[in-house]
Amino acid sequence: MSIFPREIESLWTLFTAPVVWAFHFLACYVGMALYCARRPAGLDHDMLRLGLGAVTAIALAAIVVSAWLAWRQWGFGTDDPPHDDATRKDRRLFQGFATLLLSGLSFIAVIFTALPLLFIEGCFP
Amino acid sequence: MPPTENRPRAKPHLPLFILPFCLAGCSGSQSALSPAGEEASSIYLLLIVTTCGAAVIWCLVTALLVYAGRSRRHVYSAGAGQKLILWGGAILPTSILCLLLGYALWLMPATRPWLTNNETSGFRIEATGEQYWWRFAYRDAENGISFDTANELRLPVGERIRFALRASDVIHSFWIPSLGGKMDMIPGRTNFFSLEATRPGIYRAPCAEFCGTSHALMAFTVVVMEKEPFREWMERQTNLLRPRETEGARLFARHGCAACHTIRGTQARGRIGPDLTDIGARQTIAAGTLANTAENIARFIRAPHAVKPGVKMPAFPMIPQAELTALAAYLKGLQ
Repeated sequence: MSIFPREIESLWTLFTAPVVWAFHFLACYVGMALYCARRPAGLDHDMLRLGLGAVTAIALAAIVVSAWLAWRQWGFGTDDPPHDDATRKDRRLFQGFATLLLSGLSFIAVIFTALPLLFIEGCFP
Repeated sequence: MPPTENRPRAKPHLPLFILPFCLAGCSGSQSALSPAGEEASSIYLLLIVTTCGAAVIWCLVTALLVYAGRSRRHVYSAGAGQKLILWGGAILPTSILCLLLGYALWLMPATRPWLTNNETSGFRIEATGEQYWWRFAYRDAENGISFDTANELRLPVGERIRFALRASDVIHSFWIPSLGGKMDMIPGRTNFFSLEATRPGIYRAPCAEFCGTSHALMAFTVVVMEKEPFREWMERQTNLLRPRETEGARLFARHGCAACHTIRGTQARGRIGPDLTDIGARQTIAAGTLANTAENIARFIRAPHAVKPGVKMPAFPMIPQAELTALAAYLKGLQ
């Protein structure tokens, strides 16, 4: 059995990437806020940064998978946009293309959200 | 017949004459474009880099626009057009934004030095925003330094000074444009901040968060001094004695000024209003509002609301003119 769904025309992939972006954003900001408010003894700031780095890697991988599914739905770019005919095929291609663009946006947004992790070395005193 | 037709036309280039006057904002005592501190220099560098980058991009886009609008146009294929949109409209701007964000974040330890000043001991200045003035407390428990002043901050050059920022009533914002970035002063919270001045001079610092009617009249002066004169000033402030039995001191007590104001070395120990210990030596009075002269001090005592709307100090119309003049002269003499 393949890990990718056989059904290529699915609305689920359309919002997979933005949802991953939202969860990643919450993980970063809520995680860091909780850590800085509580300062738990067993966890130092660098460990949290590494953990959130791993969450970022997983989020990016999930978005790449969603982008690949979208690309497949779009027919791997064999047909050019704007896909605006009232046909089943154009609806599928349009949805695939929109999902692909949304995945690209979410990928960049996740990187931008995670970028401060590289530079910010500690909590506000 | 409408009269507009005979009216002479306004010259369209007239506002251009105003532009050179804007250059006055590039220097002076309150300008982020003339940095005199470590953080201000970092912010200035960031501004220069982003402005130059924006200028380059603007030139490129304008050149492209001119190229696209030229008379002899070629027809491009749909594929070439899409490629241009992909590279010029998505990949290039995203990469530039990524670089700019990375650069600004990389500069942050220099522009926002929080982490270097979280120790609780050692020398620090506690600044409190009040409507509409500034309370400054110099504290160093190890070396026995503890004195308050108001509306004028003295700092040594080449030394990192830690600040604890607070507010007593509403949100204010602490900003010395020539020395560094701004940070809010929030009631019920202490914000930490540090600054390092690199050039001696006198700078102006306005309140940078709207705080009420006289927000625009709430500023303080920063005097950046060489290290040795600064040490001497600090020592003078900690061991201050004033003659108590002068006419001015008696008037100060008789009219109730001491209920709100402190003059160190005398019986006046009020904490509600600004400390007046060295008011005569300050650059301005009423938190950056008036030039420091005896006449202005008298004017402010007589009718503070006329100078600074919303100020908490009551007016003193009942003081006889001769006594007011003597009181103002006494305050001006507190150097």
